Amino acid sequence: MVAKLSKITTVWIALVLVLLCVVFSVINPAAFPTAFNLKTLLVEAAVLLVLSVGMTFVIITAGIDLSVGSVLLFASMCSALAMNSMAGGDSTAAGADVAFVGLLVALVAGAAWGVLNGLLITVAKVPPLIVTLGSFGAALGAAQLAGDGTDVDTVPEGMREWLGFGNTLGIPNMVLVALIVTLLGGWLLTTTRFGRYTFAIGSNPEAARRVGISVTRHLIMVYTLVGLLAGLAGYMSLAQFGATTLSGHTTDNLNAIAGVVLGGTSLFGGVGSIAGTVIGVFIPAVLTRGFIITGVQAYWQPIAVGLVLVAAVWFDQSRRRARNNR
Amino acid sequence: MSVLLEARELVKHYGAVHALRGASFSVDAGEVVALIGDNGAGKSTLVRHLSGVEQPESGQILLNGEPITLGSPTDARVQGIETVYQDLAIAPELDPAANLFLGREIRRKGLLGALGMLDNGAMREKAKVEFDRLGVSLQSMSTPIGSLSGGQRQSIAVARAVAWASKVVFMDEPTAALGVVQRERVLDVIKRVRDTGIGVVLISHNMPEVLSVADRVEVLRLGRRVAEFRAADATIEDLVGAMTGALGDGEAA
Ligand SMILES: Nc1ncnc2c1ncn2[C@@H]1O[C@H](COP(=O)(O)OP(=O)(O)O)[C@@H](O)[C@H]1O
Ligand SMILES: [Mg+2]
Repeated sequence: MVAKLSKITTVWIALVLVLLCVVFSVINPAAFPTAFNLKTLLVEAAVLLVLSVGMTFVIITAGIDLSVGSVLLFASMCSALAMNSMAGGDSTAAGADVAFVGLLVALVAGAAWGVLNGLLITVAKVPPLIVTLGSFGAALGAAQLAGDGTDVDTVPEGMREWLGFGNTLGIPNMVLVALIVTLLGGWLLTTTRFGRYTFAIGSNPEAARRVGISVTRHLIMVYTLVGLLAGLAGYMSLAQFGATTLSGHTTDNLNAIAGVVLGGTSLFGGVGSIAGTVIGVFIPAVLTRGFIITGVQAYWQPIAVGLVLVAAVWFDQSRRRARNNR
Repeated sequence: MSVLLEARELVKHYGAVHALRGASFSVDAGEVVALIGDNGAGKSTLVRHLSGVEQPESGQILLNGEPITLGSPTDARVQGIETVYQDLAIAPELDPAANLFLGREIRRKGLLGALGMLDNGAMREKAKVEFDRLGVSLQSMSTPIGSLSGGQRQSIAVARAVAWASKVVFMDEPTAALGVVQRERVLDVIKRVRDTGIGVVLISHNMPEVLSVADRVEVLRLGRRVAEFRAADATIEDLVGAMTGALGDGEAA
């Protein structure tokens, strides 16, 4: 559908990803192209991928969500506190029932913050950049208040073992969850009416409104979806690290945006794909792993990502200009 | 023929601009009415009010003689009123079929449809039929329409309105960006739509076009209807005179 416009960027960026993998494999054939390295890379990228799938929807509507990392922390804090209080203060030995309630709490906490963002953007008509910048600070503050400024580091051991470290058929469960979210996200975006309206609103909100699409309702749903996924990501992070990580995740928002935009989704809205986002998320991840393995100083990674990002957006803009001059 | 849709004494301000000053208008079933007037006369504003995009500060809108409120474009569409807006109101990043069916998507049958999955194949086929009917030739049904020519985009907007209208179609300068052949096609379509009993309202600055296709002409000046003509009895000089005010108000036939 919107294939043509986004495909060109996506193909290019996929080539960049392949090229990076080839280069790192040639430089260090013993360490880079290995199953272990691939697993590590996938697990490290899983949480960010979940955030980025939600971010793809938001950016296609020509919106932005700077709050995902903080909402992630807020959700994981709510979840950890709920599980601990259910288990009388320390949930380490708690069972699957507690872990399940913890998941629900994380999802609800994330979604609720998403609804709030959506309402402020559509009903109060404050620009998404400002609303989610506010939420970026507020959700982190709320998480710190709830945890008295310190991390909660007791979570059910079973949850860590299954989701955090567990495998199914040799695939890490963290990766499986991210994979399922990605597939569902791709399905939702490309085959359903929800996805169609997401593109239409990003393309021309006034046109959408005039054909009777409830733009307000749809945008609230989109921001709720990102919030929900941030909640899920918070739960995954909790399982991965065994603790809330209040000092981490501060740049998740920028990493997610960078991944989405690298993948050919346009900040101007109306164009984008989940497949592109997957590639876009893995470019920084591959650079990180590759630099570690080849012994390049890690400080080069953000510089390299920054260069590719700016080049991708420049490409997108010149394409649009060429089209609009027709 | 009976009056199908009527506006009575509509008033609208935009800040200090008095865009509609008691504008009246009517269209019958099965007739083409040309709505003409100088730039800024309020034609587009009037159309936006009659298609539910905006609501008047005062005045009445009647459908089949009954007062109605058009609170949203959806209200108007439910009543069978469709519009080709001057700004087209299309989604440039979507393909032609997606635009034609925007807001009225066909879903798949069964469970997949209940999950919200679209039947893109069916929409493309039906869209193709509509485009063929209008003589819109598109090299590709999968190109985003933003990359088509202005004329093709305008034709798609016309096709969308015509495909769904059951009572009235408003067309705000639908031929402005068209070439000679496409323009003839659209005028042809206007006549055919009229012959099916639908009321067509055409806004155009092209006076020969107006006289050739319209049954009736209503003239708007400074937000008010100032004249009405039967197209068969009017000359271009009459129309221009009424638009500019040279003839004086209240000229009617
Ligand atoms: N959304 C708007 N905001 C402010 N002024 C407007 C708006 N729409 C129309 N106007 C003003 O109302 C008047 C009538 O405009 P319009 O209906 O577009 O005229 P026409 O279509 O006959 O050229 C103009 O003076 C125009 O500037
Ligand atoms: Mg106009």
